[in-house]
Amino acid sequence: MKLIVGQGSCGIAAGASKAYKILEEEIKNSGANIKLGSTGCIGMCYLEPIVDFIDDDGKKTTFVKVDEEIAKQIVKDIVASKVDSNENVISDEDKEALAKQKRISLRNCGIIDPENIDEYIESGGYKAIERCIKEMTPEEVIEEVKVSGLRGRGGAGFPTWFKFNAARQSPGTEKYLVCNADEGDPGAFMDRSVLEGDPHALIEGMIIAGYAIGASEGIIYVRAEYPLAIKRLNIAMAQAEERGYLNKDLFGEGKFKFSLRIKAGAGAFVCGEETALLESLEGNRGTPRPKPPFPAQKGYWGKPTNINNVETFANVPFILANGGDAFAAVGTEDSKGTKVFALAGKIKKGGLVEVPMGMTIREIIFGIGGGIAEDKGFKAVQMGGPSGGCIPAEFLDIPVDYASITKTGAIMGSGGMVVMDETTCMVDMAKFFLDFTCKESCGKCTPCREGTKRMLEMLEKITEGKGEPGDIEKLEELGKFINSASLCGLGQTASNPVLTTIRYFRDEYEAHINDKKCPAKQCKALLTYTIDPEKCTGCTICARNCPVEAITGTLKEPHKINPDICIKCGKCYEVCRFGAVSVE
Amino acid sequence: MRYVTLTIDGKKAVVPASYTILQAAEEVGIEIPALCYDPDLEIVGACRLCLVEIEGNPKLHTSCSMAVTDGMVVHTESEKVVHARKMVLQLLLDNHPNDCLTCQKAGECLLQKYAYMYDVKFREHDGAYKPEYTDTSSPYILKDEAKCILCHKCVRICEQVADRQVLTFANRGFETKVAFDADMSIEESSCVSCNRCVTICPVGALLDKRLMGKTRIWDGEVTEFKCKSCEYGCDFEVLSKNGKNVAVRAKSPGEGRPLCLKGRLTSEFLNLDDPETPYIKEDGKFIEASWEKALEIEGILDKLDKMDSKDAEQC
Ligand SMILES: Cc1cc2nc3c(=O)[nH]c(=O)nc-3n(C[C@H](O)[C@H](O)[C@H](O)COP(=O)(O)O)c2cc1C
Ligand code: SF4
Ligand code: SF4
Ligand code: SF4
Ligand code: SF4
Repeated sequence: MKLIVGQGSCGIAAGASKAYKILEEEIKNSGANIKLGSTGCIGMCYLEPIVDFIDDDGKKTTFVKVDEEIAKQIVKDIVASKVDSNENVISDEDKEALAKQKRISLRNCGIIDPENIDEYIESGGYKAIERCIKEMTPEEVIEEVKVSGLRGRGGAGFPTWFKFNAARQSPGTEKYLVCNADEGDPGAFMDRSVLEGDPHALIEGMIIAGYAIGASEGIIYVRAEYPLAIKRLNIAMAQAEERGYLNKDLFGEGKFKFSLRIKAGAGAFVCGEETALLESLEGNRGTPRPKPPFPAQKGYWGKPTNINNVETFANVPFILANGGDAFAAVGTEDSKGTKVFALAGKIKKGGLVEVPMGMTIREIIFGIGGGIAEDKGFKAVQMGGPSGGCIPAEFLDIPVDYASITKTGAIMGSGGMVVMDETTCMVDMAKFFLDFTCKESCGKCTPCREGTKRMLEMLEKITEGKGEPGDIEKLEELGKFINSASLCGLGQTASNPVLTTIRYFRDEYEAHINDKKCPAKQCKALLTYTIDPEKCTGCTICARNCPVEAITGTLKEPHKINPDICIKCGKCYEVCRFGAVSVE
Repeated sequence: MRYVTLTIDGKKAVVPASYTILQAAEEVGIEIPALCYDPDLEIVGACRLCLVEIEGNPKLHTSCSMAVTDGMVVHTESEKVVHARKMVLQLLLDNHPNDCLTCQKAGECLLQKYAYMYDVKFREHDGAYKPEYTDTSSPYILKDEAKCILCHKCVRICEQVADRQVLTFANRGFETKVAFDADMSIEESSCVSCNRCVTICPVGALLDKRLMGKTRIWDGEVTEFKCKSCEYGCDFEVLSKNGKNVAVRAKSPGEGRPLCLKGRLTSEFLNLDDPETPYIKEDGKFIEASWEKALEIEGILDKLDKMDSKDAEQC
């Protein structure tokens, strides 16, 4: 019998460590023979802390939202052999949401103990590298990745085999392999999940890639804000070395030896851009370099370098163990395999989901994510984070693949999906993302440094009711220019949130500019509060609650708001029990 | 050497395969505007003014960084390119003080030159500007931060001398600026007043302070000469007005030489009708110095003095 506690950063934040302690104590007190273990994140943030129970027949029961009381109850129920009666057993609906997923890169997350290499090996780990070294040439490895159709999961979706091959073909004997674990996209945490939940998958993927391109040294650039990921990587690397997978002649074949080290980057969002990442690795200010030359030609210290994302690498052992065909059997014609998405925003079941490429947006948001929080109406989903764009309801049924997403003006990106409901103001949303990019611009090139600031200023004016006719056209002109003229991907995608919201919600921009109204009632400066004299009973509660004494009226007489004094705090609207206060 | 053939604005160019488009264009007499490019500095592709259109390529590319390839067809002044250049220049002007009337750099400023060339003008707006800040702590260099267009040239040229590397960037995004060491004043910083950075700044953000107010480029004559302080001879210019030599300025370092303050002061002393008081830096402070001390000839003069008095005794 075994209890396994999900101890990713998210689980720990929700109280998993405490649950672990209680379980430990209770098991000891009960004297029952129950083993206790840890695992990474299964992705269901809204159910954390999650504890799995495996009975002696191997049957698994999952408990969710395990607080101290529930933890105690779980042990009691196990001892009494009535786990099914526990109130916190996962619901069928949530189980189904899990069953709809297809887990390749997250195959072990939330299942094995990330700090125990034996569990990785038992689940088939390090078989793929063995096959590569013993049976395959580097060219054959690249061919297998080509057959799989794997494309980079870090943002641009470039075919992985092509990058492997470019680095392999690039002249020179000293080559480097870099893993991009900077994960700066706000809200995205699929890379963290792999690092914390299945670090050996990344390590094995990197050894295979190193063999394929001919790089004997690898570097994992991981953001310093991920201490648990760094800790588990370090443990995993030490174990891998002990077993002869790192720093030793692999399988005694005299063919390949690979070393790996971690560099903690305290850099900004832009340090995730591959050339800025290289600058940062070399100890310089993390600003992008012009491309070409690409890293495959001139990378780390000028040497041929291949850079891939964590999720990309995590797929590689699966491909080499099961064959490229097995991976290619999942997904669509142009987008093979699966993709991990981070569901956030106004969604019921936020968290990480891994689904086959080609699933519709509707199925992901409603089928797996449980739909919109508080059952409000769906308005749009922002895909690709601040570099991406919004996708409106009319495209809910498009398949999630690179080409279809790009057609909408959004990007697949690293897999962020921020769901917006009907109460979201799209101008405000665009402003939010642009504010992020503007602050994260490294300041190196003119269009991004100066241009994003000007666009942001225009959006600020519009949401403050100071927009002028022609502003939309100016935003479009400047946005397209910044996208076309900036030095790196940050600037080249910075305008996407603005351009897509203009494309799909132009009427909202027009309402802000021409009518000085925010249709979603979010932009404070554009709201007017009024009291309907028909409904007002003169109870005076609004007047007593107004912080600036904008409301006048005598008891039992209709009250009135002086718009010149009102600061639009919304207090009167909240406190009125007769629905007499309205906001426009 | 391998050569490639390409077409730039309809002209055929045959150039070494290692050339960039910008270099190839130069070869056939086509000037591509650029603010951050300098043949002696590492390529950064920052200003985005040298963007060109390459046939068959949907994106615009910076000609300073893009290598030539055989059969490439390049347009350096297409409608798309000109539009992008105007936008770049407009964004720079929108964040630049309208001070060309009194700016010391007028007539030599690259921003002025290209704004004129592409007919881009200052315009009023109520958005943000860089904060007005001038560092007047050095007698040799004036740093006017509001005028900086962040071309990176000063940082790169200072960096070339291993034991200097004074300049860096501070902050990011719209707040990015050039800083002396950890954003110190020029006086406190480790700057040795060689003026390399001043020679390369395309605008009036780094200026030769001893030249200010004395003359502007169209006002008088400019004569080049070589510094005689050491045998390498960095390039200097003497500026004269109404027949009087009013100022000396560093132009560019000599082969294998870094430019230095001693050389500049020597050049002032030898060339100017009315040289200003020299200053030298001691413990992070500029102090007035005698010419003997500034030119580091005190020892020599002492010795000469002693020899003179010995001669006198012997007589
Ligand atoms: C501003 C910016 C930030 C980026 N951040 C990341 C990141 O955090 N992680 C990542 O893997 N790729 C990031 N990328 C993409 C990388 O430049 C690069 O394309 C990627 O690491 C390549 O890996 P892949 O081929 O496996 O996707 C970023 C790109 C840009 C322009
Ligand atoms: S696009 Fe933005 S982030 Fe990228 S180099 Fe230019 S200023 Fe820096
Ligand atoms: S919105 Fe706030 S400030 Fe305005 S009337 Fe109501 S309570 Fe007063
Ligand atoms: S004067 Fe010389 S040392 Fe000082 S900042 Fe300029 S280049 Fe560097
Ligand atoms: S100070 Fe001059 S040389 Fe230095 S970055 Fe600014 S504009 Fe360029």
